Amino acid sequence: MSTLLRQETIRAGDPFMARIEAGQRCRLVDTEGNEAVDTFFFNANDSRERYSAVDTVRRQRNVYLSTGTELVSNEDRTMLTIVDDTCGRHDTLGGACAAESNTVRYAHDRKFMHSCRDNFLLALLNWNEDFSKRDLGPNINFFMNVPLSPDGQLRFADGISGPGKYVELVAAMDVLILISNCPQLNNPCSGFNPTPVEFLLWDA
Amino acid sequence: MPSNAFLLEERIPAGCHHAFLLKRGYALRLTDISGDGNVGLLAFNADERSERYNMADTLKAQHTHKLALGNVLYSDMGRPLLSIMGDSFGWHDTICGTTNGAMIEATYGAQDFQVARNDYYRNGRDGFLMELGRWGLGRRDLVPNANFFSTVTVDEAGNIALSEDSYQPGAWVELRAELNVLVLLTTAPHPLREGPTYPEGEIEAGVFWAGPASASDVCRSACGENQRGFENAEAWFALPEGGPKA
Ligand SMILES: [Zn+2]
Repeated sequence: MSTLLRQETIRAGDPFMARIEAGQRCRLVDTEGNEAVDTFFFNANDSRERYSAVDTVRRQRNVYLSTGTELVSNEDRTMLTIVDDTCGRHDTLGGACAAESNTVRYAHDRKFMHSCRDNFLLALLNWNEDFSKRDLGPNINFFMNVPLSPDGQLRFADGISGPGKYVELVAAMDVLILISNCPQLNNPCSGFNPTPVEFLLWDA
Repeated sequence: MPSNAFLLEERIPAGCHHAFLLKRGYALRLTDISGDGNVGLLAFNADERSERYNMADTLKAQHTHKLALGNVLYSDMGRPLLSIMGDSFGWHDTICGTTNGAMIEATYGAQDFQVARNDYYRNGRDGFLMELGRWGLGRRDLVPNANFFSTVTVDEAGNIALSEDSYQPGAWVELRAELNVLVLLTTAPHPLREGPTYPEGEIEAGVFWAGPASASDVCRSACGENQRGFENAEAWFALPEGGPKA
């Protein structure tokens, strides 16, 4: 019987950062459906080791994340494993939204909208001032649907998630989890209406 | 672009690493002489090196997971670092990263410096780190790289594979700097390339003057996203040293 250690609601558009010990299990719940949960990981004992999207894709020879996916670090080590997933598929190539990329993707006047990168930077610098933008890399977008096509295209599509869908991960090392509950209003990744997500942590 | 017009030229053996500092308007032409080559590439804004190539922003802005003529390599700050102004190849990989020592040994066997001296099997990660270290950068700056001259396909289920189309002797690509750009290269094999024979071909790298992107440039006009990206790059130079040009 595992013990619930922590349960938090991450409001729409909010950052979140927490420590997860090796062996602990966490769950992210898309409470109202169609949310994009931008997520990144660091080795809690060596922040130079961090989640690597391309090493994760390369090791499993597949671009989508789901049950059984090992989340791999830039040192080619398993950081966490996805052990349960009621959504079915998650993105790791679309990255996080940012003020600057919003001007490219949508219009120059979208620069001052709230973004995941601002959340990431705020959470990181509040956690430890040794962090900077250099520590960020392409993240995971849980519950987000970014299909890649055989002819080379990539697009942001309507969500395949729904209310109450969740993903569960078990940590293989002590990690820091960094989350931005995506505030993006310019594409369908959050159904044009960002909503809260739930973070739960068990000892096993 | 005739190779006798190169202002700077280097032939990089397979497995090695090299850097170019390209001021805005200069272009780097890479040629895969043998067809078996791969060029892993990282790019930084030389004036502010925390700004660097961003795989995800490059892909989503241009709705693509391959790089080809007309695409640009975006930084994390909404500006193109390099634009693909010429390309005979057609589909360069963005999603596989590079090799490390264990991967090279698993694919090609152990051939270290003790045994092989300078024919030892080098890997992309170490090559990037040695190059990053030369420029005062480090592990934090080793982000997902682009892989030129390697085609990686994705099927409907998301499975990836290195395509036989990657073998194109003489294939070339031209990358024009849209900012002042530090380009780091590794010619280590692509992570999905199969062994057991370590590649031997050289990459020819030559720099020429291309000039700034014109109003009708193929990369600038590829999509509205790129038009705004080029406007962002031009804004970076809006405050020149010594005051505005008369
Ligand atoms: Zn976002």
